[in-house]
Amino acid sequence: MDNIIQNIQGIPLNHYLIFCSIIFSIGVIGVLIRRNVIIIMMSIELMLNSVNLLLAAFSAYRGDASGQVFVFFIMALAAAEVAVGLAIVIMVYRNTKSVDIESLSKLRW
Amino acid sequence: MAAIITLSLLGILVLYLGLFKAKSALLPVTLIGLLVALGCELALWGGDAKPIYSGMVVFDNFALAFSILCIVTTGLILLLSKAYFSSISNNVAEYYCLILFSLTGALMVSAYHNFAMLFIGIEVMSVALYILVGIRKTDFGSNEAALKYFLMGAFSTGFLLFGITLLYGATGTFDITGVREYLIANPQQISPYFYGGVLLLLIGLCFKVGAAPFHFWTPDVYEGAPILITSYMSTVVKVASFAGFLRLFGYVFVPLHDFWPPVLLIVIIITLFIGNITAMMQASFKRMLAYSSISHAGYMLFAIVALGATSTSSIFTYAIAYSLSSVAAFAGLILVKRAKGSDQFVAFNGLGKTNPFLAFVITVAMLSLAGIPLTAGFIGKFMMFNTVMQDYHIVLLLLAVVNAAIGVFYYLRVVVHMYFKTAEDEGGAIVLPLSFKVVLATTVALTLLIGLYPDCIIGLL
Repeated sequence: MDNIIQNIQGIPLNHYLIFCSIIFSIGVIGVLIRRNVIIIMMSIELMLNSVNLLLAAFSAYRGDASGQVFVFFIMALAAAEVAVGLAIVIMVYRNTKSVDIESLSKLRW
Repeated sequence: MAAIITLSLLGILVLYLGLFKAKSALLPVTLIGLLVALGCELALWGGDAKPIYSGMVVFDNFALAFSILCIVTTGLILLLSKAYFSSISNNVAEYYCLILFSLTGALMVSAYHNFAMLFIGIEVMSVALYILVGIRKTDFGSNEAALKYFLMGAFSTGFLLFGITLLYGATGTFDITGVREYLIANPQQISPYFYGGVLLLLIGLCFKVGAAPFHFWTPDVYEGAPILITSYMSTVVKVASFAGFLRLFGYVFVPLHDFWPPVLLIVIIITLFIGNITAMMQASFKRMLAYSSISHAGYMLFAIVALGATSTSSIFTYAIAYSLSSVAAFAGLILVKRAKGSDQFVAFNGLGKTNPFLAFVITVAMLSLAGIPLTAGFIGKFMMFNTVMQDYHIVLLLLAVVNAAIGVFYYLRVVVHMYFKTAEDEGGAIVLPLSFKVVLATTVALTLLIGLYPDCIIGLL
């Protein structure tokens, strides 16, 4: 375990931060520009996982376990969220025969 | 904590009742459970509030007041549900169970003392709602609302989490008192991570409370969801999110008070104008209420910008007034929609003649939402504006008053339809079931009571 932490600390913290910010931004851009619901959900997962990675890095640098525990919370709740989300996507697919969000534009102001 | 445990167990119990086909027992059991939870909260009132469970939750008077408001509002909404759920679905037990789980999340959000609890609370509250919004499986509007709500909710959770992570990177703790102590201890060299974290948290929470420019999902979701779920979302969920918002910005980030208020000011001004001006152009009562809920989010954010001794009290009063009148308005909408099959303003024509009591209740609710004196809404708005006055945000105050005036216009429109226009087809009076009568009478009585004797609420917090 100490070995892993030393390996993590071998890379400067800023690199983790920049790397995670880039992944997070890719996720955000994916949500904003993609039209396929499944790909949007994948982009959201990317956002959450970049957060997980950053938490693990911070936690290793500070020698504080609570950050890693938080990662488990995020994983568990993200799984619950995706389970509900996929059920919603299937429900929508049964009605519209499509997973494109353009097919859902009945409610407009 | 007893209330949170009670509600979680109650949700599971209700599911089992549904399994054993005890449909008639669902509502009484749920209401009794809510009363027990209410009792647990009341027993803690005024006690010695210390963070419990390793600093995870704290039941101070602030948390208790908002929890009690959430529980009471849920009780009122569930009373309206008597014939409603069984008319749109066969799986009635799931409704009660999901609403209870969502309420559990709301209680966690108002009582958190650790960012982990904030995150879990928001998720528990939202995940149950994603299902509730889409519960009419074959209805296109409901499908679309569920999908939009889910995508926007998950998206905003990402921002919230990134914000929490950056705060953790700067301070090394998830405990909100720890974060506050970090800010007080290093006023000069606050890590740049911290600023990014505050902004991302702000974005995430603005998504949740539906403040502009992150409001765009609100009208669609509120319109597509079943009316009862809409009323739940626009009252309980909003109130709980504001409790979380206020604890975060009114307690933790106070030492950083010259950094975030300008950002929040811009959010408030955009929210007020978008909410009110778009609400004016709606032909549907339900959609008008959705936009008005956006503008009320703007008013409630006032208390967070102008932090003072009275800001918790004023946001609490505002939340009570808003919840009561929203429940009354949605109850009226359910009755009218059931009788006339439409939620447009035109459906309210002639209601003043056929149903004087219902029309009176809706009128009081509208006046309260608009902030006319003698109603609770006036007291709420007055206290909000008063806090802002003390802080010399004169421009903000002027804009808010302009917006309140715009609000009067569209709230009174439905009153005009009820009293001064006649219906084309005289369909006769709408029959009010007993539970509706109870809810309508309670909400009106409380609205007027708080409007006349505001001291009974103001002294609480």
